[in-house]
This record gives sequence, C-alpha cells and structure tokens, in this order.
Amino acid sequence: MSLLLNEIGNGIFLGAFFGLVALGYSMVYGILRLINFAHGDFYMVAAFVSYTILGAVLVGHSHGQWWTVLWVGILVMVVTGGLAMLVNQLVYRPMRRAAILSLMIAAIGLSQVLENGVLVTPQWGASYLVYPVTTPAAGFNLGSNHYTWGQLIIVLVSGLLALGVYFLVGRTLLGKAMRAVSEDRIAATLMGINVDLVIGIVFFIGGALAGAAAVMTGVYYGQINYLMGFTVGLEAFTAAVLGGIGNIGGAVLGGLILGIVQSIGTGLFGAEWAIVVAFGALVLMLWFRPTGLLGERVARRM
Amino acid sequence: MTAVLETEGLSLQFGGVNALSDLSIHIEEKSLHAIIGPNGAGKTSLFNCLTGYYRPSSGAVRFQGSEVTGLDAAKVAGLGIRRTFQNIRVFPKMSVLENVLAGGHLRATANLFSIAVASPGFRRNERQLHQEAMASLEFVGLADQWNKLAGDLPYGMRKRMELARVLIADPVVVLLDEPAAGVSSVEREELSRVIQRIHDRGTCVVMIEHDVDLVMEIATTVTVLDNGRIIASGQPLDVRNNPDVIRAYMGRKRK
Amino acid sequence: MRGGLVVAAAAVAAFIPQMTQNQYFLGVAFQSEMLMCLALGLNIVVGYAGMLDLGFAAFFAIGAYTTGILSTKEHWSIIASIVPGVVIAVVCALIIGFPTLRLRSDYLAVVTLGFGEIIQTIAINLNQTGGPTGIYAIPALTIGSVVVNSNTGYYYVFFVLVIVFAVFCTRLRGSRLGRAWLCIREDEDAAKAMGINTNHYKLYAYVFGAVLGSVTGSLYAPALTAISPASFGFSESLLILMAVAIGGLGSIWGVMFGAAVVEIFPEVFRSFAQARLLVFGVALVILMVVRPRGLFPERAFQGLGAWIRARVGHPVIAPPLRVAAEAVMTSSTEEP
Repeated sequence: MSLLLNEIGNGIFLGAFFGLVALGYSMVYGILRLINFAHGDFYMVAAFVSYTILGAVLVGHSHGQWWTVLWVGILVMVVTGGLAMLVNQLVYRPMRRAAILSLMIAAIGLSQVLENGVLVTPQWGASYLVYPVTTPAAGFNLGSNHYTWGQLIIVLVSGLLALGVYFLVGRTLLGKAMRAVSEDRIAATLMGINVDLVIGIVFFIGGALAGAAAVMTGVYYGQINYLMGFTVGLEAFTAAVLGGIGNIGGAVLGGLILGIVQSIGTGLFGAEWAIVVAFGALVLMLWFRPTGLLGERVARRM
Repeated sequence: MTAVLETEGLSLQFGGVNALSDLSIHIEEKSLHAIIGPNGAGKTSLFNCLTGYYRPSSGAVRFQGSEVTGLDAAKVAGLGIRRTFQNIRVFPKMSVLENVLAGGHLRATANLFSIAVASPGFRRNERQLHQEAMASLEFVGLADQWNKLAGDLPYGMRKRMELARVLIADPVVVLLDEPAAGVSSVEREELSRVIQRIHDRGTCVVMIEHDVDLVMEIATTVTVLDNGRIIASGQPLDVRNNPDVIRAYMGRKRK
Repeated sequence: MRGGLVVAAAAVAAFIPQMTQNQYFLGVAFQSEMLMCLALGLNIVVGYAGMLDLGFAAFFAIGAYTTGILSTKEHWSIIASIVPGVVIAVVCALIIGFPTLRLRSDYLAVVTLGFGEIIQTIAINLNQTGGPTGIYAIPALTIGSVVVNSNTGYYYVFFVLVIVFAVFCTRLRGSRLGRAWLCIREDEDAAKAMGINTNHYKLYAYVFGAVLGSVTGSLYAPALTAISPASFGFSESLLILMAVAIGGLGSIWGVMFGAAVVEIFPEVFRSFAQARLLVFGVALVILMVVRPRGLFPERAFQGLGAWIRARVGHPVIAPPLRVAAEAVMTSSTEEP
C-alpha cells in the first residue's frame, strides 16, 4: 500500500512536468488545430540552453544557487518562448493556408532540425550531459515515504504557472482574444484582434512553459539528452488528449493522471515499457471517452 | 399527394439557442419546394437535420414514410436524399469529372478483386459511370471543363458542378442550399432552367433561397421560416401576401 | 504515348543490374526500390486518404520480424511467411485504427507514432524477437527452384514488387476506393454527402497500407539476412513519410521519385554523417513552406477518363452519344 502511495506521489510529481508541457501543446492546438511536434523539442532545446548558461554562470559558486537557478530559469523561459514565436513566424505563419497535413509534416521536419541541430553542436552532442545543478536530498516525510523539498517546490511552481495560465486565458482581455481566435479566426480579425500577434503570444507562452519544465527537469533528474524532447513530447500530447485537448484544466489533469498511470505502470512492468503504458492509456481513453476526461474545448464548425 | 420528406415536431438546440422549435414540415413528392426566411431562421439547420449532419434535440424526420431521424449523413445520402452546401463544398484537388464521379460513389463497383484485376465487369461499370458523369456535366453545361481541377473553377461553375454531382446519384430528393446566391443574373437564368429541368424529370427539389423572384418563378410550394418556426406555408402567391411573412421580413409597421 | 514512356523507363530500369557489378550501387538500388514499395503503401494512407501516419515502420517491422522468426525458428519458406505477417499487420491496423480513425485525423498521427514506438519497444525487449541484436541467419528467398541471394537478385525481386504495387495502387486510385479516399482527404463532411462511409474507408486505407508495408518487410528480411530493431523506429517512419511528402501526396511517380531521392541523397552526402538528418530536416521544412503539396502536385487524374476520350473521340463525347445523353437526362425535349 505504501508502495502504491509512493508511486502515486511520484506520479503527481511526474505529472507536473507532463502537465506543463501538455499545456503548451494544448494551447497551440486549441488556437491553430495544429499538433506542434516540435513542441517537445522546444523543451529539449531549453534544457540544453539552460545547461550552458548555468554551467557558465555557476562556475566555482555553490552558494546562492537557487536564486541563480531562478533568474536563469526565467531567462530560459523567455528565450524558449522567443524560439517558439520565431518558429511560428518563419514556418507556421507562411503556411497558414496550407493543409494541416503539410503543416504537421513541417512540424516533424522542424523537430528533426532541432534534435539534430543539438546533436551536431560541438558542446552538446549525443551523450547524456550532467546538469550543473542538483537538488539536495533534504526533505520531509509523509507516512513512510520521503519527499524532498525540491520535489515540493517543483510541484508548487508548476501549479502556480498553470494557475497563471488559467487566469490569463479566463480572466484577461488577452485571454479573451485567444479564445476568440480559437473559435473563429476570421471573425476575430473582423473584431480588430491582431490574430497573428495573438497566435505568436500563444506560442510564446507554450514555449515559456516548456522552458520552465526543462529547467525543472534538469535540476531534478540531473541529466539531459538530445532525445528527451521526443519522449516527453509524446507523453505530453497523450496527457493533453487524456484531459481533453484545447482544455487548460484538462492538460493539467491529464498530466497528473498520466504521471500516476505511468509511475504505477513502470513499477509493475519496468521502466523500458513506459512508452507502452502511456500509449496504452491513450488508446483506452480514445476507445471509451474520445473527448477526454474534461471534454474538448475545440469549436466544431458545421 | 404523399409527403416524400417530412418532419414532426423537430427541435434543435445549441446551448441556449433554439435553432429549430417544434417544426413540422411536409414536402410533397415531385414538388419544387422553396424554404425562405430571414437570416438565422434555421433554414440550413433544417437541412442539416434532414441530411444527418445534425442530430435534432427532439422530433422526427421521415423519408417515404420511414423514420430516418439521427441517421448518419452517409446513410441519408444513400437513401436518395442529396444536397448542396451553402458555401459550396467541392473537392478542390480532384478534377471536375472525378467530383461528379464521387457523387456516383454508391453506384460504382465495390468488389476489390474486380478492381485489382480491372475485370471486364469493372471496366463496364466505370465506363457507364463516366458516361453518366459526362451527361450530368452536359446537363449543367460544364462538359468542356471535365478535366479542370475543381478548385480552379470560378464560383458560378462550381455551383453548377455541385448540381451535376448531385444528379449523377439519381436522387429522389434534392436539397439545394441557396443555389442562386452570389451568381450573376445570366448565371441565375441558367441555374433556374437547370433546376426546373431537374424538377421536370420527377425529382423532388427543396431549395433554400433568398432570391424571391426566383422562388416566385419556379416554386410550387413555399414555406417560410422565422426563428426556427414555420410561419407560413403554401402556394407562392399566398405566402407572399401573408401578413406574418411581411412582418417577419420587413418588421412591424410604425404607428 | 504515356504508356510507351512507362514501358521504356521500365525496360531501362530492368537493365541496370546488367550494366554494373558494383555491389554497393546495387545494394542502394534495391534499397531504393524497397523504399518505393513502402512509400507506395504509405501513400495510400497519407497521399490518398490524407491521414498522417507516423508509425508506418511498425507494419514494415511486423512483416520483417514475422518472416524472420518463422523462417529461422520454424523453417517456414519466405513466401509462406508473408501471410501470417499480413494477418498480424491487419489485426494491428484494425485495433489501432478502429477507435482512432473515427476521431480527428490529428489524433491518428500521435497514436500511430506511439504504435511505432510500441512495436519497436517490443522488438527490443522480447526474447522471441532476438532483443536488441535482432534476428540473423535468415534464409534466402526461394521462388520455385531459384534461390535469390545476391543484390542483383533482390534488385529484380523488388523491381517486380514495385511494379505490382504501383499497378495495384493505380487500379485502386481509378476506382471508387481511390475517389472516396481523395474525397475524404479534401473534405470529409462533403464526402459523407456522397454516401461515403468515411470511417470505413479510412480504415480500409490504413489496412491497405499495413498490408503493403508488411509484404515489403517480409521480403526485406531475406534480402538483408539479418534484422534488428534499430531499422524500424521513428527515423524509418520519417524517411518513408518524407518520400511521400517530397514526391507529392498521391502521385505514384512522385512518390517513387521521392523514395529514390530519400534513399540516394544520404549516400551522396555520406561525408556529412551526423548532419545528414539535420540537412534533411531543413530541406523538409523549406519544402513544406514553399511547396506544401510536394514536388509533383496532383493534376487531374487521367485514368479511365483518358481511355474513354480515346475511344469515343474528341470532343469528350461524340455527338451521337451526346444527344442520347441529353435525351436520357431530360424527359421533355424542348430546346432553349
């Protein structure tokens, strides 16, 4: 029983990552109907960029780490957001009128560019790189399970960011514009909304969230690899679909559920079957409740 | 005369909006039945319910006496009810001929073996279908465009192609959603002729239209919708003079 | 005229192995043909039906592994082992396709991707599939008394397979199946108005793709005599997809050309090594931005229409036939 609780705890923690990345996926899908396959790779690039920055800044220092991580984290969020916006501007925007199929193929090409770009960059390459910051083991106990402060902070930060997005989309004028563009792009243009800017901002936010998740991954797991985006991307999309694509709350819920399911699954079957578990969950969900747990928020035209 | 297509108490709700309220319409066979009404009256929603694109919240749809409510759109098309769309939906990267052939989908060979070996039966069937497709195109005056990509055609031609695509299926009922919208007066004349010829062949035509002159010219029956309800139905002249109809279109008289 | 060109091209292609003894070249040549076969299979799913399949290598793997296992462990002949491979592939396609295809095709993309990963994970982790090292010592293909065990031999085997697949796909395209798929690709709602059961047809496309992929895989195993999980991952699915995208969605010649480019391009740029995929990715993105429909965008499909035109003369329908058609279409004979 305590093993199960432990796995659930781990699952919630894992879910925090999935949830953040899933949020980005969900938002872009909601506004463009596009599954941005490169999204997981934004996450990966962010991890490497933060690795380099932290490596440079933290040389020799071991005090004041956490403040450094914080401002580097914010910096990386901005950079990743910018990267996402750039990608949108250069690739997706000119393809606005193209068939969704071509868009997805372009996204895949982009994903390959990012992954292999990192692969060939001399300082990075193919091997697992050790992150310059690690979480201390200090923590607290809940029952017989030990959780570190680091884990708690990560979950809290994720929650705060998700909440921030929720308020942004639900309570601000910008959020209203986003929802408008998502429902009917042409009508939104006629209302005077700068659709391209709104879409750019959505990409920025998605990228920023991925950046945050990347830094947290680096700090917590201690190592990064050029293929990490691929797997997380798949899992994040699965989470988004589980919760209901286009739905903010759904992305977070989906992330948590997937984290827990995967945690239990790998406990039962072993770590190498993680992907199989994730996809098994996805296919099951699609069989029984295709609109996801919280339902889709994607406008149906007809 | 019997109703070939009818609804009973049809209601359709979207969230808080009542698109259709307790609507009972009877479309007689072999009629040319026009459905008119102000924008937002529910005309296209009615079509969508009739053709299986929307599932009504309540009520029934009957075709030739049998219940067809909630049937899938493809099944409804298979029964012999064909439609065009308000914002013309052609298959842009297929040729005009292939678009029309698509309309004849249910009449083409489905036997995989015959297809794979291009058996004589398959060739015969395809040849016949091709000839009927060309005949349909001739009927609407588009035979010389057969090899163009449908997406490259100008608006008026696409509208006519939609008609040809509907005809090859030899339908019992044809539902035309604003066939004369956005066309020039010359094309409107042509369309009017084509629609009448379709009707003359014995096919029941139901059309949503805003062009009152066209309706008065060719319709045998007119039904007026407003706010999801029928406010008048009958012979074209009677309906035109109906005060409720006038009020719906023009608003109340000022005192 | 066009038919003549095709035959001429085929004749030239058939002579290629006679003109060189270079095994490397022949190896690349038959691998190109094999990729063409795979691309033709994926073309049905992506090019005709417009569904993005990112895990096509899974069916390739299923065919290869089924043949590999049955021929080495149970001593089945290669030809016989094709059938169980196809059966497994079809069953998988149905299991994956049935829940997903009735939803938006965006979902299919990710589900197929996951399916590809699952198959590869299974291949890597199961003892029966030989684990990470895979299966080796796969016997050669025997057709009657002929044992095929050279690059030249497999060049001809895949040559025939390409022709069979190409003809099959053309036949499909010129029938109501192909038209239905294109309608689904262009406008799914309007397709329904034609009476097309879109869910069924999408499933058909996916299943046909699975069959073609599996058959190709079954012949790949003896051609290479050894298979390992590494050749059946997302990269492979991606290469096949690129062949289809580059060549032009739906165009048979375009897809074959795309496959040749995808296979030969890296060989030409061997020296780039790691950067190959990077260059590929960049090329793919640029291609999609500039030419979303591929290098050979579809023109009006000629098929039977051209045949009819040839038979009944210009203009499209000869006058007597036209008058007869008119008579059929109108009950009254009034002239405008």
